[in-house]
Amino acid sequence: MRTLLSLSMTGLAVTPALAGELAVTVEIPKLEVAEYHRPYVAAWIETPDQQFVANLTVRYDVKMRDNEGTKWLKDMRQWWRRSGRDLTMPVDGVSAPTLPVGESRLTWDSAKAPLNGLKPGSYALVVEAAREVGGRELIRLPFDWNGKPTKAEAKGETELGRIAVEVKG
Amino acid sequence: MKSLLTRATLALTLAIFIAGPAAAHRQWMLPSATVLSGQDPWITVDAAVSNDLFYFEHVPLRLDGLTVTNPDGTPGTAENQATGKYRSTFDVHLTQPGTYKVAMASGGIMASWEENGQRKRWRGTVENFAKEVPATAQGLQVTENARRLEFFATAGKPTETALKPTGTGLELAPVTHPNDLFAGEKASFKLVLDGKPAPDLEVTIIPGGIRYRNDLGEMKVKTDKDGAFTVTWPTPGMYWLSAQAEDKKTSVPQATKRSASYIATFEVLAQ
Repeated sequence: MRTLLSLSMTGLAVTPALAGELAVTVEIPKLEVAEYHRPYVAAWIETPDQQFVANLTVRYDVKMRDNEGTKWLKDMRQWWRRSGRDLTMPVDGVSAPTLPVGESRLTWDSAKAPLNGLKPGSYALVVEAAREVGGRELIRLPFDWNGKPTKAEAKGETELGRIAVEVKG
Repeated sequence: MKSLLTRATLALTLAIFIAGPAAAHRQWMLPSATVLSGQDPWITVDAAVSNDLFYFEHVPLRLDGLTVTNPDGTPGTAENQATGKYRSTFDVHLTQPGTYKVAMASGGIMASWEENGQRKRWRGTVENFAKEVPATAQGLQVTENARRLEFFATAGKPTETALKPTGTGLELAPVTHPNDLFAGEKASFKLVLDGKPAPDLEVTIIPGGIRYRNDLGEMKVKTDKDGAFTVTWPTPGMYWLSAQAEDKKTSVPQATKRSASYIATFEVLAQ
């Protein structure tokens, strides 16, 4: 597992870490539906030509017995193709419970994995959400990682609300 | 005879044979999923013969010659086999991580001759041909057939072992992994006949869901000198692929030609 994970982090290399923090805001919209389940959400970093670099977080039903919540991970089909199918879940520091309705702000310290090896350059934050008996949505948000503060945001239409990325120097 | 073809299959194949090539009923297997995650994945599969893809409207596809190849290359099991009025079904428990091949392969001899002023038809195995078809038959016409239907399914990470062709009949040798197909993207495959490149063959690709559209949506491509061809999938969904080859490599000297067919079902995911 650990080997697979490090192998899949192709964009990562041993470089001097940039000081700072990466903050990602994910808004899960409130939906008026008869049967609501919190969506599965994956957030990862890609190169501008959509090559997978590293996972930030994968939000799924981690509490189900016998790890049964992994059955629907493939519904986040771009994440599944780019990373998920190479992993054995749960992955420490990546697997986490689903997000509630509203905005969640998640932060990563640039001195720690997976950002400590992220080479300066242009990247995209990708957030993909898939909801049981619901739909699926994917948002790509480009950002530069070069030690300078930067901000970007986008708005989803169905399964995702406001998505924001912020690099703090 | 009995080992390869049940009486029902015989009736079906004879019916198709007698009706002639114009009655081009399509044979197919339709898996419930081809890309799976989770701890204990299963797939269930429908198998039928019909005009429209993928609807049960004509006859079931008999499950004779059904094989499952596990990701490690060992034979697997098709569980809960049943045949109903319009379709057969079975389940495959994906106990290993990786790519499975589910195939239905059959082959045989078709013969017809004159007897007492009537045309007699026979279908059976190479072994039974000499025993059951009179050597002195008048106006004897003999052809040999090899048929193969396949699909692939993957639990977790796609693997290559089960994709390897068997080396008999017409088969697909994937270049693009068959469980990594996405709408708008190009996929490359090769067709091989007895394991060797099958050049200049016409490949027909039809998206499922025919009942709810006017246009058949059929795509036709030709294999190149290496047996290779590419497809760009226009939309997500299940696709039916079919190709046929003819040659003179027959196992009984009386046969004038061998006809080898290959049919596969592919799932193309949305971006």
